[in-house]
Amino acid sequence: MIPAAFDYVRPQSVEEACSALADAGDEAKVLAGGQSLLPLLRLRLAYPTALVDVGRLAELQGIRDESDHVFIGSMATHYDVVRSPLINAECPLVAMATATVADPAVRHRGTFGGSLAHADPAGDLPAVALALDCTFVVRSGSGEREIPAADFFVDYLEPALSPEEILLGVRVPKLGPGWGYHYEKFHRTAQSWAIVGVAAAVRRSNGSIEEARIGLTNMASIPVRARAAETALRGVAITPAVPGETNGGADPVRDACGDAAADTSPPADLHAQPDYRRHLARVLTHRAVLTAARA
Amino acid sequence: MPRITVTVDGIRYDEEVEPRLLLVHLLRDRLGRTGTPIGCDTGNCGACTVMLDGKSAKSCSVLAVQADGCDVVTIEGLATGDRWHPMQTAFHQEHALQCGYCTPGMIMAAIDLLAEDPDPSEEAIREGLEGNLCRCTGYCNIVRAVRRGAQAMNEASEVTTS
Ligand SMILES: Cc1cc2nc3c(=O)[nH]c(=O)nc-3n(C[C@H](O)[C@H](O)[C@H](O)COP(=O)(O)OP(=O)(O)OC[C@H]3O[C@@H](n4cnc5c(N)ncnc54)[C@H](O)[C@@H]3O)c2cc1C
Ligand code: FES
Ligand code: FES
Repeated sequence: MIPAAFDYVRPQSVEEACSALADAGDEAKVLAGGQSLLPLLRLRLAYPTALVDVGRLAELQGIRDESDHVFIGSMATHYDVVRSPLINAECPLVAMATATVADPAVRHRGTFGGSLAHADPAGDLPAVALALDCTFVVRSGSGEREIPAADFFVDYLEPALSPEEILLGVRVPKLGPGWGYHYEKFHRTAQSWAIVGVAAAVRRSNGSIEEARIGLTNMASIPVRARAAETALRGVAITPAVPGETNGGADPVRDACGDAAADTSPPADLHAQPDYRRHLARVLTHRAVLTAARA
Repeated sequence: MPRITVTVDGIRYDEEVEPRLLLVHLLRDRLGRTGTPIGCDTGNCGACTVMLDGKSAKSCSVLAVQADGCDVVTIEGLATGDRWHPMQTAFHQEHALQCGYCTPGMIMAAIDLLAEDPDPSEEAIREGLEGNLCRCTGYCNIVRAVRRGAQAMNEASEVTTS
């Protein structure tokens, strides 16, 4: 379908973008890569009165090393993120999950910031930002503020951004040595969204798990942490240490992941019912944690 | 209405466009480049894939205003005179199409893949084309065609570089 009519503004700076948003009122929308927004407009599921195109703003580009964290500008594309040596070295979980997003053509245009600001619980990056305790840096006409990942996702497609705020970028903490990572995504056809996804970061020491951070994709109306499993995994021996080894049937990591779906409220849709999603969350958390622990 | 300048298959156009005009509609309805079809409303099928500043993009998911100042190559810009692009020839030789609706997008996605990976494995081809759906062929001949197109393009570049 042809989208409903809207005004289009292409500001030259973030400051101009902020005032364009303030002028245009509540029904204006930021346009980044358009890979989520344009399909919504074409399906006539959204009727913004104006689009403020921030896609070319130099201030929102770039992936930078900032001592204890990596700063990812909101307009870095999925393609940029997957190929960034800095991200692959310092926060590889971000690159791993981004490589599973959509397909090459969508990754050329879709952006890191757009994926997070879209706040789709089925998106792959929100769970990663949550697992890594990222910090979101946002700006409006009245100044800049920082939002911890734990507070950024308010509800389905609802980030903690006011209509006048622009996401500048995200600080991804460098976790340092000793950590292993894995993103496990379950979907049935190429290019499709996760039925359930699990982002795992695991710190190891002497063959045991010292700390696990687990973010779940598509297990509630927002991305959630698997806190019960994180607690249960503390101190658990990484066995079998290599794939295929049997351990007399004992599988302490799997046992600890038994509560991975605690406190979730998974959606029902044509792909899966909630109880099946809970089952997937347990199985995929086990896989993700074990793969991260062995990495 | 915004004015934009785009280069399409080597020709520069100055156009006044409504903000809601999609790039694919600009190409088809205004510039007559109907070689690029539209297959869906959701950005899934990839039929509309073109090169936008050298990288594949789904032209149904780009506003014409977003393409302002950009270089667009469509399926119609690949041949040199009467000579097909090696990937077009390979699709013909390997019978990589039946109804042909997905073919323009498949060929653009294949050329994009080869820019990153000039000698892709079968698995890499399947991954690289994951954004392009074909309802007819079952993909096997498409994968074969991309292998063959890759070989032809590599041989062609050896000839020009040696
Ligand atoms: C076929 C297809 C398959 C896909 N599969 C997946 C998948 O498997 N996993 C996945 O995670 N995603 C998937 N996506 C979505 C993709 O990741 C999009 O790139 C992403 O969701 C949105 O990024 P964008 O830059 O295109 O944002 P846009 O579409 O431009 O914007 C999305 C939303 O965020 C807001 N916004 C964007 N940038 C900012 C900003 N800087 N400040 C404030 N608000 C902002 C917009 O107003 C809009 O509401 C898929 C998309 C398609 C078309
Ligand atoms: S028409 Fe289907 S992806 Fe563009
Ligand atoms: S040949 Fe018919 S859709 Fe591919």
